[in-house]
Amino acid sequence: MQAPVHHIIGLTSIVRERLLPISGTVLVRLNQKVNPNDIIAEANWSREHVLLNVAHMLGVNPSIADRLIKCKVDDRLVAKTEIAVGLGLFAHSVVAPQDGRVALVGGGQVLMEVGNSKFELRAGIPGTVIHIIENRGVVIQTNGSLVQGVWGNGRIDSGLLVNLTEQPDSVLSAGRLDVSMRGSIVLGGIVKDAETLKAAADLPVRGLILSSLYPSLIPQAREMRYPIIVTDGFGPLPMNSAAYKLLSTNIKRDVTLNAGVYDRYSGVRPEVIIPLPVADAPALQESQEFLPGLQVRMRRPPAMGMIGSIVVLKPGLSTLLSGLRAPAAEVKLENGETVIAPLVNLEVVG
Amino acid sequence: MTSSLVDGNSILAVDVGAANTRAVLFDVVEGEYRFVASGVAPSTAEAPFKDVSEGVRSAIANLQAILGRALLDASRDLITPSQPNGSGVDGLVVTISAGPAIKVALVGLLQDVSLESARKLAQSTYARIVETIGLSDRRKPEQKIDALLRTQPDLILITGGTDGGAERSIHKLLEPIGLASFILPEEKVPAVLFAGNEKITEEIKTLVGSFAPAMHVSPNVRPSLETEDLEPAQRELARMVINIRKQQIKGVDLLDAWSGGFLLPTAYATGRMVRFLAQVYSAEKGILSVDLGASAAMISVGFKSKFTLHVYPQFGLGDNQPGLLNYTPLADILRWSSLDISEGVLRDYLYQKSLYPSSIAATKEDLALSQVVARQALYLAMQSARRDFPRNLTRIKPGLTPLFDPILAGGGILSDASHPGQSLMLLLDSLQPVGITTVILDQNNLLPLLGAAAAQNNILPIQVIESGAFLSVGTVVVPVVSANYGTPILRATLTYQNGAEARVDLKYGSLETLPLSSGETGKLNIECLRGADVGFGAGRGGSISVTGGALGVVFDGRGRPLDLPSDPVRRRELIKKWNWTLGGE
Repeated sequence: MQAPVHHIIGLTSIVRERLLPISGTVLVRLNQKVNPNDIIAEANWSREHVLLNVAHMLGVNPSIADRLIKCKVDDRLVAKTEIAVGLGLFAHSVVAPQDGRVALVGGGQVLMEVGNSKFELRAGIPGTVIHIIENRGVVIQTNGSLVQGVWGNGRIDSGLLVNLTEQPDSVLSAGRLDVSMRGSIVLGGIVKDAETLKAAADLPVRGLILSSLYPSLIPQAREMRYPIIVTDGFGPLPMNSAAYKLLSTNIKRDVTLNAGVYDRYSGVRPEVIIPLPVADAPALQESQEFLPGLQVRMRRPPAMGMIGSIVVLKPGLSTLLSGLRAPAAEVKLENGETVIAPLVNLEVVG
Repeated sequence: MTSSLVDGNSILAVDVGAANTRAVLFDVVEGEYRFVASGVAPSTAEAPFKDVSEGVRSAIANLQAILGRALLDASRDLITPSQPNGSGVDGLVVTISAGPAIKVALVGLLQDVSLESARKLAQSTYARIVETIGLSDRRKPEQKIDALLRTQPDLILITGGTDGGAERSIHKLLEPIGLASFILPEEKVPAVLFAGNEKITEEIKTLVGSFAPAMHVSPNVRPSLETEDLEPAQRELARMVINIRKQQIKGVDLLDAWSGGFLLPTAYATGRMVRFLAQVYSAEKGILSVDLGASAAMISVGFKSKFTLHVYPQFGLGDNQPGLLNYTPLADILRWSSLDISEGVLRDYLYQKSLYPSSIAATKEDLALSQVVARQALYLAMQSARRDFPRNLTRIKPGLTPLFDPILAGGGILSDASHPGQSLMLLLDSLQPVGITTVILDQNNLLPLLGAAAAQNNILPIQVIESGAFLSVGTVVVPVVSANYGTPILRATLTYQNGAEARVDLKYGSLETLPLSSGETGKLNIECLRGADVGFGAGRGGSISVTGGALGVVFDGRGRPLDLPSDPVRRRELIKKWNWTLGGE
């Protein structure tokens, strides 16, 4: 059976496709070095419009109004620009109510795009542009360490990694954040209250790497201007040992948080990237067969979040403690205990 | 003349679910179609595979390992037709429920008429209604345009106007849709289904077709104010959903080609079977089919020529579980629990489970949590679907579930339960059936596959259903009565075929069972006390033939609507006792 792979790996070649949601302009060249916050592509797409019914406003029929309209599609108008003037001695005029671009003209009406219409796509990871996808985006490659998370708030930033945890189940509270962490990425453990998120914003930090977050804090976490990546889940969960070991041994290094919102269809995940100055690195493996010896993470109880290794794949279906029957493996956990876990509850770590 | 037995064609049926893909072989055994075996593999619509055909090939490979018969060739393509050496199959049908909920915008004239029909139409598939535009909508045109740009529907359902009725009003409603579609990037322009005033169909085709290349037309869902006919539009919608899935998920086009176009949304295929069963079997009571899976909860009812189908992605047990809290407080979910679980633990569970929707409960505590969530999800789906049930269904009392027989239940949480008693308790709690009914578990999740196969071979579904491929859980007797806890409300005597008798005295607030094995029949004599009603009338008893099942005959005297004690300790004790009665823990 094919196993999902959750990447927690010390050295690998990271290749990421970065795409605009709609067609636009790519702003970088092939082989160009980029930083995570660099804008690599942009597109114009307004979601705010004003519809001016010129015919109605001038009291004429649409075909006459079309002849009176002075603007054409793609014209950029500033507020109060005259769009059409009516007929007669004391004719009314129609003016642009605000700055904007003419999107459509016809049927005696003018549709204007107003408000901010620019969509900017950031690189998300530091690296080299290795492929340009015309009008849509780029592929970027870098070598380094990679820790994937399970939840992100959609922000991107980078900075020096600071560790505020003593152990994988440490709790981060507002009182532990001080001015020395300003501009840093903080490895923080469990967050239980909104005050901690706010204190981090007030410093401000460049990002938080958390083992877990209380679900009630998700709305506030989404609002934060700095990236937040959760490695293990929701509630009071410790950080899995593989992620904790890798992150806590890279303190004072420059790290990038691309806290992408997890999308199971596209495969986008929140990621911590630690660039390393090496020429070659092995490629990531996105899936592989379950095999004895593989390092896995438990996704559900028992021992949720714990790392272990597959001892043996059980033949046929196994009866679990719950009474359900499923294909399963015997897994030796890092604490020495052995459990029978259904394969669907395991993910390969590597 | 029917196709089928004359040819004796084997049919491979594949269901691509959000979590699992199942491949099932139907073939002729001793002159009749039988369910032969099934193979299961994890679905692969999501990353890293992003191609459903991978999971389908794996499920077929698992099936051929069970059968000892090759179904795939060396390049992992399906062998079809079947070969003299026994390899391959003669036909393939596919159903699919995998994929994100389809974002739908409804456009119609009147809130209570055409928009109501549009809502029912949208709810017959894996849809999430993201926008509604009607005549009473007071927003400015540009606000409607911006709403469509913000929500980016995959599909717009336009209804409105009885045949020969309103024309100008519909044109007016279409203006913001046309403008929004014109502004949207080409790849994001939604598909459009027009199911309104048939007199203006050609005009609408020209108008809407100019901005929406994927324009479909179906007969009016509301040909007159008094008449609603969703079925032709549902059929068209099913085809459109497959087209949208082809754009969203790699591999769907391959499955469509392999199956020669016999690819249907799972819910639509299930609905087709329910409609068929209702026409064949439904007499005094309706047929109820429920399915609780990762992608959605589905409720379908057939009663004579009437039929309803509701699909609720928001009540599915997959990645949208935290969304359940938009419809219900945590306390209402926990009321079903026999364990003392805090609201915080349940909230954490819902969010954590949403990260790994295909994972299963490996411990008793985890199973208990998944069961209580499933109960509330199915309960909410049933409550929502009830308002659209056919009006002529027989009811013992207004406000209660109408009389159904049988109740068909499928979906992972029900079919994979460790004991049929667990599944039955879940169904009794969430559906709250009344009267006398048979509960049948679709343990191999065959119903949608039979619905899909029916298009190729119309005798296959009947023969497979009658062959015992479904698990009869038993006959359930639920009296409707008001009484105090512990008061006797019903006496019943079951006379077995060998003449032996078994008796039960049912007290209010309790569950009782009488053994009656699968395949056995018996005569059940019921005496109703204190005005209890099991469908014969208040206080009236009667005698009926009953068929056995895994749990025999089950008597549910807990009252309807089910009123659980407010004291949590007493409630948990009672739930434990009820679970114990049905063989669970």
